[in-house]
Amino acid sequence: MTRTARAGGAGARSQTITEVRDRTAPPLGVGESAVRPDAPLKVLGRFAFASDLYLDGMLWGATVRSPHPRARILSIDVSEALKIRGVATVLTAADVPGENLYGIKKADQPVLADREVRYAGEAVAVAAADHPETARRAVEAVRVEYEVLTPLTDPEQALAGGGGPIHPGGNVARRVRIRHGDVGSVRPQAEVVVEGEYRSGVQDPAFLGPEAGLAVPDGSGGVDLYVASQWIHDDRRQIAAGLGLDPSMVRLTLSGVGGAFGGREDLSVHIHACMLALRMGRPVKMSYNREESFFGHVHRHPSRSRIELGAKRTGELVYTKVRLILDGGAYTSTSQIVIANACYFAAGAYRVDNVEIDGYAVYTNNPPRGAMRGFGAVQACYAIESAMDRLAGALGMDPVELRIVNAIEEGSILPTGQAVDGPAPVRELLEHLRDLPLPPDEPDGSGGPGRAPDLRRLPGGVGNTTRGENVVRGVGYALGMKAIGFSGGVDDYSTARVSLSIVGGAPLVEVYSAAAECGQGIVAVQAQIPRTELGVDTVVVRPADTLIGDAGSSAASRQTWMTGGAVQAACGRVRTELLERAAVRLGRPPEDLALAGGAVCERVSGEPAVTLAELLGGETVEAVFEYHHRPTEPIDDVNGQGDAHIAFAYAAHRAVVDVDTDLGLVRVVELAAAQDVGKAMNPQAVEGQIEGGTAQGLGLALLEEVQIVDGHVRNPSFTDYLIPTILDTPPMNIEIFEFPHPDSPYGLNGVGEPPTLSSTPAIVNALRDATGLELPGVPVRSADLVSRAGSNGADQAPRGRRT
Amino acid sequence: MEYLRPRTWSDAVALKTEDPSVVPINGGTDLMVEINFARRRPPALLDLSRLDEMKGWEKRNGSVELGAGVTYTRIIEELSTELPALAIASRTVGSPQIRNRGTVGGNLATASPAGDAHPPLLAAGASVRAESMRGARDIPIGEFFTGPKQNALEPDELIRSVVIPAARGPRQFSKVGTRNAMVIAVVSFALSLDLEERRVGTGIGSAGPTPIEAVEAQAYLEQELEAGGNWDHRRRPAPEVGERFAEMAASAASPIDDVRGAASYRTHALRIMAGRTLGWAWDEVVERGGEGRRQCW
Ligand SMILES: Cc1cc2nc3c(=O)[nH]c(=O)nc-3n(C[C@H](O)[C@H](O)[C@H](O)COP(=O)(O)OP(=O)(O)OC[C@H]3O[C@@H](n4cnc5c(N)ncnc54)[C@H](O)[C@@H]3O)c2cc1C
Repeated sequence: MTRTARAGGAGARSQTITEVRDRTAPPLGVGESAVRPDAPLKVLGRFAFASDLYLDGMLWGATVRSPHPRARILSIDVSEALKIRGVATVLTAADVPGENLYGIKKADQPVLADREVRYAGEAVAVAAADHPETARRAVEAVRVEYEVLTPLTDPEQALAGGGGPIHPGGNVARRVRIRHGDVGSVRPQAEVVVEGEYRSGVQDPAFLGPEAGLAVPDGSGGVDLYVASQWIHDDRRQIAAGLGLDPSMVRLTLSGVGGAFGGREDLSVHIHACMLALRMGRPVKMSYNREESFFGHVHRHPSRSRIELGAKRTGELVYTKVRLILDGGAYTSTSQIVIANACYFAAGAYRVDNVEIDGYAVYTNNPPRGAMRGFGAVQACYAIESAMDRLAGALGMDPVELRIVNAIEEGSILPTGQAVDGPAPVRELLEHLRDLPLPPDEPDGSGGPGRAPDLRRLPGGVGNTTRGENVVRGVGYALGMKAIGFSGGVDDYSTARVSLSIVGGAPLVEVYSAAAECGQGIVAVQAQIPRTELGVDTVVVRPADTLIGDAGSSAASRQTWMTGGAVQAACGRVRTELLERAAVRLGRPPEDLALAGGAVCERVSGEPAVTLAELLGGETVEAVFEYHHRPTEPIDDVNGQGDAHIAFAYAAHRAVVDVDTDLGLVRVVELAAAQDVGKAMNPQAVEGQIEGGTAQGLGLALLEEVQIVDGHVRNPSFTDYLIPTILDTPPMNIEIFEFPHPDSPYGLNGVGEPPTLSSTPAIVNALRDATGLELPGVPVRSADLVSRAGSNGADQAPRGRRT
Repeated sequence: MEYLRPRTWSDAVALKTEDPSVVPINGGTDLMVEINFARRRPPALLDLSRLDEMKGWEKRNGSVELGAGVTYTRIIEELSTELPALAIASRTVGSPQIRNRGTVGGNLATASPAGDAHPPLLAAGASVRAESMRGARDIPIGEFFTGPKQNALEPDELIRSVVIPAARGPRQFSKVGTRNAMVIAVVSFALSLDLEERRVGTGIGSAGPTPIEAVEAQAYLEQELEAGGNWDHRRRPAPEVGERFAEMAASAASPIDDVRGAASYRTHALRIMAGRTLGWAWDEVVERGGEGRRQCW
């Protein structure tokens, strides 16, 4: 399999990346598919995840959780639990040593519920025992008396002020208002107007490694925590507050992270394990099981969007009006920023001069929602891309053509007033997808006389539900846009230390940062950069901990940019120092020298002049760099205007689906993706991100939903929360574009989130194309695709081609 | 928790009779999940997974006696001709790992309305061979499922095998799930046509408190096929007959709304599946028609 990467700019060059490499070839630098240091261990099952942490003599922690979405706590009786042999302690809100409120953006969530619970699954007490099963029994033996209250679970009701306040400030976490141009006065100029309402469900990050950590008291009042996380420095800030300790007394080391997707930005076991460990003076491990994990992390906000689009007959957009509401659940987490991000991109990647966007994030007694890959832009993209297809239908226009007519480009003004200042190759992405050949029609499902059909190529798969009866095909497109890095005035930075020394006669580079490897491949990138910058093959990336400065979160598709930038700049300082030393030694100006192959060379000829071993002897050259991105500003409260972002990234998808219109079963035949990544730092990792993001979008389109009834999660298991298997995931035709970004290291752009945006609406647009149904909500269920269960699905003529 | 590993089937039977609270384990693919989530805390496990007596199958007098410990993988590999619907159903179970461990005996004992082996066993008219120190007995499959996750076994009984009439005509199985693999049935349907005995068998999964046989639909179709001479001439029944059969099969179910699907969708899907499987079954009859009546299925 080969894929093409294109460089942007004048005379765009095409380069074919071959995935299969000679395994004996040397380790690779920037732009090449270097093997990740963690990959072999993970493939062989030998990688130590946080749930594998173990220390002799450790205790096991377990959590008592509220069965009610809203209730007053009248009393907590731990006496029976303490009688169980092997139970060390049970702690409640009264035992929280510091501030009993934490939160990544706003400290409003109790470490342990105090007098009141606000969602079913909220932590009420924690127990420690000598065995995990004993700890579980202790949890069952804790008697909590509740006065059950009526939960507020409808976000519209919360917005309207009903249901009683969940927090003292009321139930609106944030309102975002964006006004650009004047929708009111241009409305009459619109020749075609479409309106629609779109909903998206609650998606779970569904990472495979459940929450886990090991807290070890240091004997002098402090604690070391080994934990799976996305951002250990912010964790430390919150933990220290909860423990009432100076942050220097709390040290975190990143443990093996089994996926994150946003769900490890908020704390889970952190403060609980530390509290128990400090209380008992013994190490305490906590590790959730799959069911508890569903309550141990935040989910993607469910959304409802109403969109009105006005356009000229030519397809040119006249105005866009969006009202969007996100249910943030019981606590703030990152809701105020998620709603902002949803609003920034609610009008899509389109030029439109008149925009009204009103967004609300509200509190309810549903489980808390927060960061998840795409961070609000997923919900916005699903809605606007659905609306664009509806507009294309109303105009009788090709949906790709409509998108191209309105596509933003460099210099376009966004609804927030910011001009797009990096490359915006939206048209190129769409044209590429449009021009790709479509996959061939499937052969007759019956397999021909005497031959068994290949059921895996039919909707319903090996379930043997169709041999081609009433299977129709559809094709759909979608385009997504998102900001990269922290926006809205945050001074975002990352710190890295690079040191070069001679070990066993050969140069060795050590890279040290607190960047969290969550599976995305930052460990590989941190090793690739020094190979390129310093010409040294052997690079060791130290485990991430809080003894070095903050690296920021592995979130917002920012880590390769930010920590990559810090590593590159630290390497630059090391290089300068090496070349200056060499210059003195060789009596040459440093500008004439370069680093390659473990030596200082003549820049022009490449001839080695002195090896690094000779140059350094026993000395180490080391540099620390704190990389900041350019300043941004928050949007204002009145009109939502401001230069809030450092960069934008774009991806587009084309989906081809087959639908059994009788049973509502779907097979995604192909998903083609096109994305601009600025620079593919590690092409294999980039493809992995695009494949994974696309599959996660497929999950939201067709399968994934945490079903919640009256505040209770109904499907907290992988039996009933279904994520795509390999048989649900089609071949992906991926095109990587490389239009260098002007402000970033190596011209790279963020990669991780954009593919998650457009994959969902592309699939749903394909389903709409196949069936002619409106399909307002995701995930689309089988019953939604059977236009009227019982009527044979014939009330609307399918528009798709019959296969 | 105690762990008992009998060497022989009779030791296992003796242990179970001695203390009916011991819980048998075969593949463990149901039981270990329950234990992991602390939904069950058995005092003792009785490991049947190494008993050769339960791992074989034998064809005798037109029936297959399938050991309770035969895995899905082996059914797919070894019994696709004799037990085609059970083989199709086995192919839909879980993942390769689960099919390598999971057994029909475990599926039966769990007695979930969604158990994928159940509809084909119902359609084929199988019987469950249960044994204790008191003796062995055959429980007709129609009497085996007594409620949601409840079965007719006595506390001291173990399942030794299932006796399943081998196919004498086409058999089909169809399962709707929310995803294309590794999924619990939203609803499933099995159909068996016995061209020799001129019998129609059905089985419905995930659409009631137990797996269900669509008795009236079977009787209707048998009668129509007889009256229309379809058995004799290997001729496809009229479309109206198929439609009526599908409707009757669907109305035999009593589904509920749950996280996997709505009752109305389940009934609707059943009708489609019953109609389609009947069509495919007759495709086979027609295709093989030239081979004469004596052909072996
Ligand atoms: C990931 C996963 C996917 C699954 N997918 C499916 C699926 O698609 N379809 C499906 O139908 N099932 C599925 N299952 C459930 C399970 O695999 C099946 O029910 C399987 O048939 C159980 O067989 P086992 O041998 O593993 O049973 P075990 O777990 O060993 O036992 C199950 C029950 O049967 C009892 N038992 C076992 N053997 C005997 C015996 N000989 N006599 C009396 N009692 C006995 C045990 O005490 C226990 O109560 C899945 C399970 C998992 C974990």
